[in-house]
Amino acid sequence: MSDQTIPVSGSLQAAYPERGTLLEWLHGWIVTVDHKKLGILYITYALFFLLVGGVEAMLIRIQLMVPHNHVISPEMYDELFTMHGTTMVFLVGMPILFGFANYLVPIMIGARDMAFPRLNAFSFWLTAFGGLLLYYSFLGGFGLYGMGNAPDVGWFAYAPLTGKSFSPGHNMDYWALALIVSGFGTVGTAINIIATTVSLRCKGMTFFRMPLFVWLLLVVSALTLVTITPLTAAQVMLLLDRYLGAHFFDAQAGGSPMLWIHFFWIFGHPEVYVLVLPAFAIANEVIPVFSRKAIFGYPAMVAASVGIGFTSLAVWAHHMFTVGMSSAGNSFFVISTMVVGIFTGIKVFNWLATMWGGSITFSTPMLFCTGFLFQFLIAGLTGIMLAVAPWDWQLHNSYFLIAHFHYVLVGAIIMCIFAGFYYWFPKATGRMMSETLGKWHFWVFIIGFHMSFDTMHFVGLLGMPRSIYTYEPNRGWDTLNLIITIGAFVQAVGVLIFVWNLVHAYFRGKLAGPDPWDAWTLEWATPSPPPAYNFAVEPEVRSRRPLWDIKHPNDPDWKYEQ
Amino acid sequence: MSDLPIFADEPWILPSRGRIAMWSLIVAESAIFSLFVVAYIYYIGRDQFGPTPSVLDRPILNTVCLLSSSLTIWIAERAIEQGRMRRFAIFWAITILLGLKFIIGTITEFRTLINRDGLTIDANLFGTTFYSLVGLHATHVLVGLVGLSLILAFTLFGKVNRSHAERIQVFSMYWHFVDAVWVVVFTVVYIVGK
Repeated sequence: MSDQTIPVSGSLQAAYPERGTLLEWLHGWIVTVDHKKLGILYITYALFFLLVGGVEAMLIRIQLMVPHNHVISPEMYDELFTMHGTTMVFLVGMPILFGFANYLVPIMIGARDMAFPRLNAFSFWLTAFGGLLLYYSFLGGFGLYGMGNAPDVGWFAYAPLTGKSFSPGHNMDYWALALIVSGFGTVGTAINIIATTVSLRCKGMTFFRMPLFVWLLLVVSALTLVTITPLTAAQVMLLLDRYLGAHFFDAQAGGSPMLWIHFFWIFGHPEVYVLVLPAFAIANEVIPVFSRKAIFGYPAMVAASVGIGFTSLAVWAHHMFTVGMSSAGNSFFVISTMVVGIFTGIKVFNWLATMWGGSITFSTPMLFCTGFLFQFLIAGLTGIMLAVAPWDWQLHNSYFLIAHFHYVLVGAIIMCIFAGFYYWFPKATGRMMSETLGKWHFWVFIIGFHMSFDTMHFVGLLGMPRSIYTYEPNRGWDTLNLIITIGAFVQAVGVLIFVWNLVHAYFRGKLAGPDPWDAWTLEWATPSPPPAYNFAVEPEVRSRRPLWDIKHPNDPDWKYEQ
Repeated sequence: MSDLPIFADEPWILPSRGRIAMWSLIVAESAIFSLFVVAYIYYIGRDQFGPTPSVLDRPILNTVCLLSSSLTIWIAERAIEQGRMRRFAIFWAITILLGLKFIIGTITEFRTLINRDGLTIDANLFGTTFYSLVGLHATHVLVGLVGLSLILAFTLFGKVNRSHAERIQVFSMYWHFVDAVWVVVFTVVYIVGK
């Protein structure tokens, strides 16, 4: 028995196709159904929009740098913060995480592709064209009658602002249609990931031997099925209101804008977990490898992830404490929100326990994950504060709230995505990213991050509301806002270092070899980059760390795992 | 150590990817329907003007047709599994006819409501929620009919055989789902809300 090992498919050299003409190369990317190429397409697409959304954030910060500033017009400002939010959630967050999922889930479970490769390509192109449709509104939002304009009612698009009378023109239609289109793509990918995970696992890959990355993506995909669809339904209702004169959110005919708020947050809150769980998934892979220890408390991690998935469906109204629910309603959502804190607490302690006593190497991926742990803790604590209804009444829609969720989205999710880039870039391209530039990126970015978002808590506590165009001097906000803007520039420098590192490594990076980090999951058993078929021979696994078993035949994991 | 699974001689059977995917789609679709059902229930009796649900007639025959199509498609599923292709084609065609009857019934119902009772989607909240919920379901029936007809066409050209039983069954899950949703819609619109 002990001679049964995973056939490391590096033995079968991948025959690389000749680089054809530019047109052939382009054609190859457009018609591809290979999960790895689609993953890279997703990620490239999301990176492009990350830069676009970043530029929008910079414009917002330049406008708010000093009081009574008029760098951009108020109308433009409304469009910018709406597009910044919509872009970062729908065109950056989800595509980038689905990109990682697309690339990694099949390889990690020893499969050759996703369950439905053509559905996979279809979903990507839906998402891609959804994004383009949204941005086309800058040109076509006002139809033929004048200048284009983008959606400008905030990313949550509260009724009745979205009605025909308050939003004439077509900007809201672009918003709704673009998100419906990309939403279909998202649901397609989610279905694909579930089917792949359940039905395509290689021999011996039982559910409790799957890497935690795959487990979390399974939870995320299941959550996506019931998260994106309510938004689609609500947007269909909105379009019916706008085009056919229906009255779903029309208060004058007895309709209720409250219904939109509920429907939006039934989507909106689980969406946060759809974004953050893949970030956890990346941390789950990176932290053990760089601590040289197996993950601590694997079953507890799985249980906590599933628990977060279920609980997240029952917390949406904590976005709505200020709309005037009954005190019973408020209490329910306070408690259910606190419960999420328990599950995430389990995760944080398990990551710490994984690091505890390990021989940690602070390579760039690990640096980012350590930063993530620290920042995610603070984000969680301010989350608990805001979950207390009276505290929320005081600080709702202030910069304290903005600071809290940017701590989650940037401090946790973006940090983990950076970690994922440094960790898997060698696998996807065969070349290492520069460690020196990586460390510069980390330190510059994290200093900028704390300048911006720590300070935002304080302006929030001092009463600065979100989404305001400008403000009066001498309210105690001036210096703090200047610091926030300087921090935003520092972060932008960090991101530019990262982009330079990516481009430079792609062409000039040093060769990585199949397994540069001495890692344990199946993707590292393939050459870098992996051939189209991933594995020459279907692997068989006997534990959670199949490569550890190969590398240490005298001390394999399957002797100890239950 | 010895009680660890040995894989060489152990069967490794995983669920069918088609079924898993269709179940996932059904979950996603259920979420969409839930929102429209919630909107319908939330707005029952809130209208200040316009027609009320009392104008509705219960579409009993339609309901019988749609629900029995679930039975006929099930017989067709069993038939293709056993390779009885004639029987499969006949029951598949009956399913389509029953679905068509349902769609025609819905069209007639809408026409009557518009012309006799003046109930349009912009008339009032009842019109808004009624047409969007029942219309959403009818759209799903239409999509199902297109799929059913395509499969029937392939069957008549002799392109469908026993080896496609699994795929046929996966598609049928969608039809069963559409029928099951009708039970909910019927209960909410024509019994509870009336």
